[in-house]
Amino acid sequence: MKLTGSEIFVESLKCEGVKTIFGIPGGVVLKLFDVLHQQNDVEVVLTRHEQGAIHMAEGHAKATGKAGVALVTSGPGMTNIVTGLADAMMDSVPLVAFTGQVPTSLIGNDAFQEADNIGISRPCTKHNVLVKDVKDLATVIKEAFYIANTGRPGPVLVDIPKDVTTESAEFHYPDKVSLRGYRPTVSGNRFQIKQAAGEILKAKRPVIYVGGGAVFSGAANEVRELADLTQIPVTMTVMGLGSFPGTHPLCMGMLGMHGTYCANMAMHEADLLIAVGARFDDRVTGKLSEFSPRARVIHIDIDPTSIKKNVHAHIPIVGDVKVVLKELVQVLSSMDGNPTSVKAQRRPWLKQVNAWSAEHPLAYQQEGKKQTKPQYVIDKAYELTKHKAIVVTDVGQHQMWAAQYFKSGLQRTFLTSGGLGTMGFGFPAAIGAQKAYPNKTVLCITSEGSFQMNLQELAVAAIYKLPVKIILLNNQFHGMVRQWQDLFYEGRYASSDLGNTPDFVKLAEAYGILGLRSEEPADVEAVLKEGLKHKGPVMMDFAIDRFENCYPMIPAGGAQHEMVLEDPPQLKTARKPSRKKGEDADAVLPA
Amino acid sequence: MEHVISVLVENNPGVLARVAGLFSARGYNIESLSVAPTPDATVSMITVVTSGDEVIIEQIMKQLNKVIEVLKVVDLTEEDHIERETALIKILTKQAQQRDEAIRIAEIFRANIVDSTPQTYTFEVSGDAGKIQAVINRLKPMGIKEIVRTGRIAIARDAL
Repeated sequence: MKLTGSEIFVESLKCEGVKTIFGIPGGVVLKLFDVLHQQNDVEVVLTRHEQGAIHMAEGHAKATGKAGVALVTSGPGMTNIVTGLADAMMDSVPLVAFTGQVPTSLIGNDAFQEADNIGISRPCTKHNVLVKDVKDLATVIKEAFYIANTGRPGPVLVDIPKDVTTESAEFHYPDKVSLRGYRPTVSGNRFQIKQAAGEILKAKRPVIYVGGGAVFSGAANEVRELADLTQIPVTMTVMGLGSFPGTHPLCMGMLGMHGTYCANMAMHEADLLIAVGARFDDRVTGKLSEFSPRARVIHIDIDPTSIKKNVHAHIPIVGDVKVVLKELVQVLSSMDGNPTSVKAQRRPWLKQVNAWSAEHPLAYQQEGKKQTKPQYVIDKAYELTKHKAIVVTDVGQHQMWAAQYFKSGLQRTFLTSGGLGTMGFGFPAAIGAQKAYPNKTVLCITSEGSFQMNLQELAVAAIYKLPVKIILLNNQFHGMVRQWQDLFYEGRYASSDLGNTPDFVKLAEAYGILGLRSEEPADVEAVLKEGLKHKGPVMMDFAIDRFENCYPMIPAGGAQHEMVLEDPPQLKTARKPSRKKGEDADAVLPA
Repeated sequence: MEHVISVLVENNPGVLARVAGLFSARGYNIESLSVAPTPDATVSMITVVTSGDEVIIEQIMKQLNKVIEVLKVVDLTEEDHIERETALIKILTKQAQQRDEAIRIAEIFRANIVDSTPQTYTFEVSGDAGKIQAVINRLKPMGIKEIVRTGRIAIARDAL
């Protein structure tokens, strides 16, 4: 039977099991939306900005592990999703973005709302395709989902010209794909795995360093088995959070620029790093020449380009993290019959690790009457939702505090923009995650800076009744920028002071959303409790200490063991935000 | 060190941009680039001459392999291979003496003179980069009007 391109599009989505897509219509995709409108299997979430759509698709994908889908129009519709594509590319988020294109006869003519979608998205997608013939559409969609979901996941863009949406072709959805240039390696090399096992048994000061790859691969159980069996302490990147329980005695917490003292010291002193689905990002390594100077490196990753890119790997193992770890655990179990001897052998190292942990634990001081500490809000939120919430963060200080204090116990419950560091990601991503799991508690931990970058999606939360709990840590600063200015720019707050922010409670109310405000520490728990109890979406605006800084901190370009652990003395004296002349805060927005 | 890398790709529109874009985005050098169809109409061969230390070349090979439309990547520098470039060189030959000299140079380098006017000769010369440079150096004193060079192509030598 012949179907139009638009019908083929919708039927293909159904074949892929897609239940929700996020998008905004426009001239060249009207036919696609028209067909979507006349069926009930695939729901369209109409967002208020295309950037919202792509981050929602990301949030949906990060929460479920399956490709998120966005549909936007040509020209500005497409250019508005570029940030989300780049974000998904960095964080290996499976995504299929459909963009409209002007009719094939007009391509290249500078037609209305024309952009070179393929050219623009090429460097920020795993793959992209312009469909020139409706006969190819089903196959292209099948391949797009396959490429997005397999190997190292990533975004795929499918560009569909208007005439392709209206022309007809026989519909047959292929069962299999045959891509001769794309065959990801899944199982690791056996010989290498044996070598790795040998190194692990020999090591005196080993560390398991887990990244986002473990989450995508669903390898939490395997990471845990490896750690338990070998008694090796575990640290995670911000992307890896959730792949090992934060409350486990072997857990050292996050590593890197704002990682724990213990994790960074252990990395620095280690004689063996077992890197699991991590890519030695500069925020993790700090100064490369002084990174883990005594460590041999076992690097397990599905993407060969991640291996030996920044740090030399003595034992590279290309493969799916879950599959490789399973085999590694098997090999180790058969090699080592006596678990008590492992425990004894590991004792001095674990003692040292625990000593570091005790020496400089994550800490903050919340004094009763003073300003609310942001860490206190996050700590309370964690306490009230322990292991039951999906936490979605924006980018900045609040993100790092959330990463430090939320001891996520389950994979896919800490969703954040790690690689690209996209402010504005959090709220739409939280909506996407909530859409995937309508009955779970989804917390959006954000700040007034990040939130204002995509606040228009409040409409989506309200209209689709998605009960996202927004925890907004409001310091009226681009806080992380302000922190760097305090530490490295002699406290000159160039364009980091946001002045008076809008009244977020009223803003929420304008969208028909409950707004709550916490002015002082005594309000925090009550606001959180009320917000969490409320059935619909909630905006909780927490006035926090404007000058709280996030520690530990490895200054950019510093070595990992050279952490700044607290405000330097000169910062502890009173600080006032400096404003340029003529810039009257009160004139920006009425308080 | 200079490396000659053969990249077999799907013969799709945009694939060259994908490969070239990868080099520019990651800050790798392209010293020369040549693209041509192969006997199999569905695939094309890209020959890239690039440079970098061992770590960079390893990354380049891996990054190329990661491109979905790339089917095979071979670093020919690692094996015995033959390299060729072609140049078309237009020289000024106003005096008879220059024309004689030009013909002699063509014979020595096994180059062809493929066009001639009262003022110019056009040389066609093939060989490795060193030979092309030698011809250019030799012709320079006569007055070179224009040079057009192909990118380098290369093929592995088979064992006997």
